[in-house]
Amino acid sequence: MRFSTLKELALVCVSEGKPIHLIMLEDQAKESGRTAEQEWDKMKDYYGIMKEAVIKGISSEKTSRSGLTGGDAKRVYEYTHRPDASLEPFTGKAMAYALAVSEVNASMGRIVATPTAGSCGVIPGVFVSSQERFGWTDDHMVNGLFTAGAIGYIIANNSFISGAEGGCQAEIGSAIGMAAGALVELKGGTPAQAVHAVGLALKNTLGLICDPVGGLVEIPCIVRNGFGAVNALAAADMALSGVRSVIPSDEVIQVMLEVGSAMPDIHRETARGGLAQTPTGKQIIEQLTKNKKKPLL
Amino acid sequence: MRFKDVFSIIGPGMIGPSSSHTAGAVRLGRVARELFGGQPKQADILFYGSLAATYSGHGTDLAVTAGLLQFETDDERIPESLHFADEMGIRVTFQTSRGPAIHPNTLTITLRSGRRRYKMTGCSIGGGNIEVVEVNGFDLKFTANYPTLIVYHEDRPGVLADLTRLLSDAKVNIGYMDVDRKGRLGHAATVIETDGEIREELLKKIKQLDNVKSLSYIHLNGGVRS
Repeated sequence: MRFSTLKELALVCVSEGKPIHLIMLEDQAKESGRTAEQEWDKMKDYYGIMKEAVIKGISSEKTSRSGLTGGDAKRVYEYTHRPDASLEPFTGKAMAYALAVSEVNASMGRIVATPTAGSCGVIPGVFVSSQERFGWTDDHMVNGLFTAGAIGYIIANNSFISGAEGGCQAEIGSAIGMAAGALVELKGGTPAQAVHAVGLALKNTLGLICDPVGGLVEIPCIVRNGFGAVNALAAADMALSGVRSVIPSDEVIQVMLEVGSAMPDIHRETARGGLAQTPTGKQIIEQLTKNKKKPLL
Repeated sequence: MRFKDVFSIIGPGMIGPSSSHTAGAVRLGRVARELFGGQPKQADILFYGSLAATYSGHGTDLAVTAGLLQFETDDERIPESLHFADEMGIRVTFQTSRGPAIHPNTLTITLRSGRRRYKMTGCSIGGGNIEVVEVNGFDLKFTANYPTLIVYHEDRPGVLADLTRLLSDAKVNIGYMDVDRKGRLGHAATVIETDGEIREELLKKIKQLDNVKSLSYIHLNGGVRS
């Protein structure tokens, strides 16, 4: 890869006169030894899976394997159509779609890890709702996934993308940064604006702990995907309107590394702290263990 | 760089709910099956650490079984894999260990068929990526992301030179290599990850080398031979 930081990525884009997605595609083909067409087609398949998951999740009331969650995407989707909903319908839709994909994930349905399964709702939520709103082609969206991937690649190699290593900021936070930066480019923003969007988005999730009830990717993971999609839209709008991340985005990524490394074990996916160890959290686990007679935690 | 390409960030396409507890587990099961070569009669799975604590809630048991049946990470039959295994006459058992683990998400798979027995330990390191750490008592590390050759041989001077010469003659580039032996001049094993496919004739030549006993070759995304 010709870049290892966001700054380098933006510089390569400027010097080559190419958008982020094209730089990523070229470097991906070089790394894999396959053609750019082959790599692009693989990404296109992934976008197909994302759209299917949105459709499946939005219409389903199926509960997760644990029985703890399910049906919220449908509830939220229906509510967004009400005239008194606080979010305007397109924003509500992004939120509902993100919930939908996360619910499909919790019910052992098919999704794409973006960057992980726990944060698989944010990017499809933002992408599919924006595609509907602006009438973009699938090809345009697939390009956007390469942009998101380039941003995620930089975050992952300079900090982390798993809750076990860096808390939820590493999963949901990274997903929001990736979605926000990609949305900026999809809407015609410059690489520099896309990079600012990443920093703006990440700042808002710094310190977010990973505390899943029972260690399951359900509570609070699913709702955090819904909120994440809304945050990504907001970060993209801020960047496109000219707001800059005064602390450079690469430095924000370093802060995520610092905060995640300092985070106690109980708040890094072990389910030994946070929401997982509230009286209700513990009670839910006791109940599930009783029902299944199998160890949960 | 820990993450090498765009598809380690966007992807894999998978059945939920957890890239490390579900998708990674499918891949570990799949690697064990390919290394074993053929269908096992019995599969015993031992979970450590976080997998021991949450395997049921994450469907890790279903995921490993799916891998043993050669399902891909995004196969919608994964939730019913135990049923399919039963139909195919594969007995699968699950146990948890309280012992210390090398990584929070570690599992050991032992496959049997008649007298044949194969044991593999691996870790699911996040985002569906895996690392195998032990094969049949040899400490060998590999990711199964590349064409992977495991050669079982005697620990003698020149074995590795012969092996790498054959690969070099065939213009196959070695990306990574790891060697372990049970004792000086005893049994040894070498794992080699390559950038390109290793052809059938080359595998035959390697098998015929002095002091080479057997080999396995896997290429998860491009067919399997052993």
